[in-house]
Amino acid sequence: MKGVKWLLTVLFILALVVTGCAKAAPTPAPQPEQKPAEKPAAKTMTVVLGFTASQTGKYAKESKEQVQGIQLWLKDLEKAGGLKLPDGTVVKFETKSYDDESTKERVQQLYTKLITEDKAEFLISPYSSGLTAAAAVISEQYGKVMITTGAASDSIYKQGYQKVYQIYTPASRYLTGAVDALKAWDPNAKKIAVVYEKTKFATSVAKAAKAYAEKQGFEVVLFEGYEKDTTDFGPFINKIEAAKPDAIIGGGHFQDGSTFAKQLYEKKTPVKMVAILVAPAVPEFAELGDAAVGIIGPSQWESLAKYSPDSAKAAGVSWFGPTIDEFVSGYKAAYGYEPGYHAAGGYAAGLVLQKAIMDAGSIDADAVKAALDKMDMMIFFGHIKFDTGEYHGLQIGHDMVYIQWQKKDGKVVREIVWPEAAKTAEPVYPLR
Amino acid sequence: MDVLLPSLVDGLLIGFVYGLAAMGLTLIFGVMDVVNLSHGALIVLGMFGVYLLYTALGLPPYVGLFIMLIAGILLGMALYGIAIHPLLGGPHLSTLLSTFAVSMVIIGVGTALFTSTPRNIDFSLGAVQVGNIRLLGTRVVAAFVAIIMAVGLYVFMYRTHTGKSIRAVANNRDAAELVGIPSRRILALSFGLGTMLAMVSGGLIATLFPFNILSGGVYELKSFVICVLGGMGNPTGALLGGLILGLIEGFVPVFMPVGWTPVIEFTLFVIILLVRPSGLLGAR
Repeated sequence: MKGVKWLLTVLFILALVVTGCAKAAPTPAPQPEQKPAEKPAAKTMTVVLGFTASQTGKYAKESKEQVQGIQLWLKDLEKAGGLKLPDGTVVKFETKSYDDESTKERVQQLYTKLITEDKAEFLISPYSSGLTAAAAVISEQYGKVMITTGAASDSIYKQGYQKVYQIYTPASRYLTGAVDALKAWDPNAKKIAVVYEKTKFATSVAKAAKAYAEKQGFEVVLFEGYEKDTTDFGPFINKIEAAKPDAIIGGGHFQDGSTFAKQLYEKKTPVKMVAILVAPAVPEFAELGDAAVGIIGPSQWESLAKYSPDSAKAAGVSWFGPTIDEFVSGYKAAYGYEPGYHAAGGYAAGLVLQKAIMDAGSIDADAVKAALDKMDMMIFFGHIKFDTGEYHGLQIGHDMVYIQWQKKDGKVVREIVWPEAAKTAEPVYPLR
Repeated sequence: MDVLLPSLVDGLLIGFVYGLAAMGLTLIFGVMDVVNLSHGALIVLGMFGVYLLYTALGLPPYVGLFIMLIAGILLGMALYGIAIHPLLGGPHLSTLLSTFAVSMVIIGVGTALFTSTPRNIDFSLGAVQVGNIRLLGTRVVAAFVAIIMAVGLYVFMYRTHTGKSIRAVANNRDAAELVGIPSRRILALSFGLGTMLAMVSGGLIATLFPFNILSGGVYELKSFVICVLGGMGNPTGALLGGLILGLIEGFVPVFMPVGWTPVIEFTLFVIILLVRPSGLLGAR
């Protein structure tokens, strides 16, 4: 009997130890191996970088790509021996990351935890505008610098935040490039129809595009939203045709965008240019076949883009970080497939943070903020520069690239047709 | 005027397909008092059936449609045995929940297999220009198939012995049993027919518009509006309701912002419910 009691006690203690260990173990996040502190060469300091990932929920796919981008950046930085400050100190990053379940509530809890418990010095946003808006409230409250990626909304930067910085081109400029392109390609084009899905995102893009088009001297002959669940665009297209526009810009998401494009093609709507949101940037758009040909869409980034140290020089800004080829091949080697813009955005966020800390020469939040405010550089993702005025932190350097589906050797392929600096092919213009 | 006529024709043609989809829903309700919440999922199943046969085996969509027709009846009968029959006679809520469960299963498995990536059948029959109206081949054929199906259903229900049995069971199941009609088999067949109509209309829609695994919801909603418009349980009314809905969709954008279409549709829905709850053609 005594033996049994003793055994139970031992088991109990063992169980306690095991559960204790399990709790103590941090959530699995790739963590660069820390070198033993004895190495005398240079002073090393470890900085905690925090972010949440949507491992579950509706943003799981995009978030995974974004996080892989961040991790690749960390790996590359590790390979390069860490981030060296001007005084010789080597800064190493330790990442802390949790699953936010794609919900705002979790994001706010977890960013608070990242800051207060994990002592994160720097933050990267979750994926999507909604989650980022939730995270920004917290990071700003605690005075931490947060680089946002995967979030294009303008509204986050209208709150007067001082330490939130955007990588993506904001929604308000999603289609302005299409207007510029039309102006450059055809001085005779005068009429534009702006048609958009009645969702928050598409409406704000469309409104900004309309205002911009009018400023550029175009006549907006039709400005009309359609319901989110619209399946048949037939009658609507008849109406658009009656307005006789030279170009149609707008759209919303994939479903409506691809249906719209298909029906425009079937009806042989006589327009010279069609530029719509989201749908053309998705690879599955190619399933439309001939109906996809000629359709233009904005994209945050394309691996085909031609940003390079040379184009940086041409633009009069400095170049930083890997080239597009280096990034793409590194990503392919690590994950086995080509990166899209979500992944590129993740890497870019890390790169921007890295450059800011280097420029600041310290990890002090205010010094890094000052460096970010001054930043004006080109990286593989494009031009990076932040608004320091009314909309502090808003991305004002980066431009969308515009892809167009074209037919080459019987296959539909995507080419970049705008801006000139990133162009890979001549545009198909006029469309019909 | 330049816009009105082509838009009305566009709306009318799609209206037949809407009507066909709604007939499936209304038939099941009329015969067994079951509101089939898996209707949208079955429409999507039809879409994916035709899509997969087209992309994997290269079968023309209309051959795929024929296969969906047979598959629909069989699947419907199986579903009846699993999800409907054990619950018939119980409270309405139980069949409502069980058909909803079927829908969840189909959508869940579908999402796992195909993700919510949009699909498109890249298939065209060209177009004919009549005056300023451009008639699309696929749309005309879709309307034509819908009409044939509707007429076929009508003939089946009123001219064949089995069809008459279905109507008898719908009228009074106990009495039908007393005169020797095997009500269980007849009900299973009715559910099969309803499923078939949903899947065939899904297949037809797939030849017209891109879709994804979640697309069924929109058409299910439209089907409900149409059923109420035409009278729940009345297939002819469903066809009429489909045409009305199609015409509204063609008509409204000509005169006001296209965003008003659903507003008008659902206002009509509410008005019909208030003023003539049995629908335009009355119930059953």
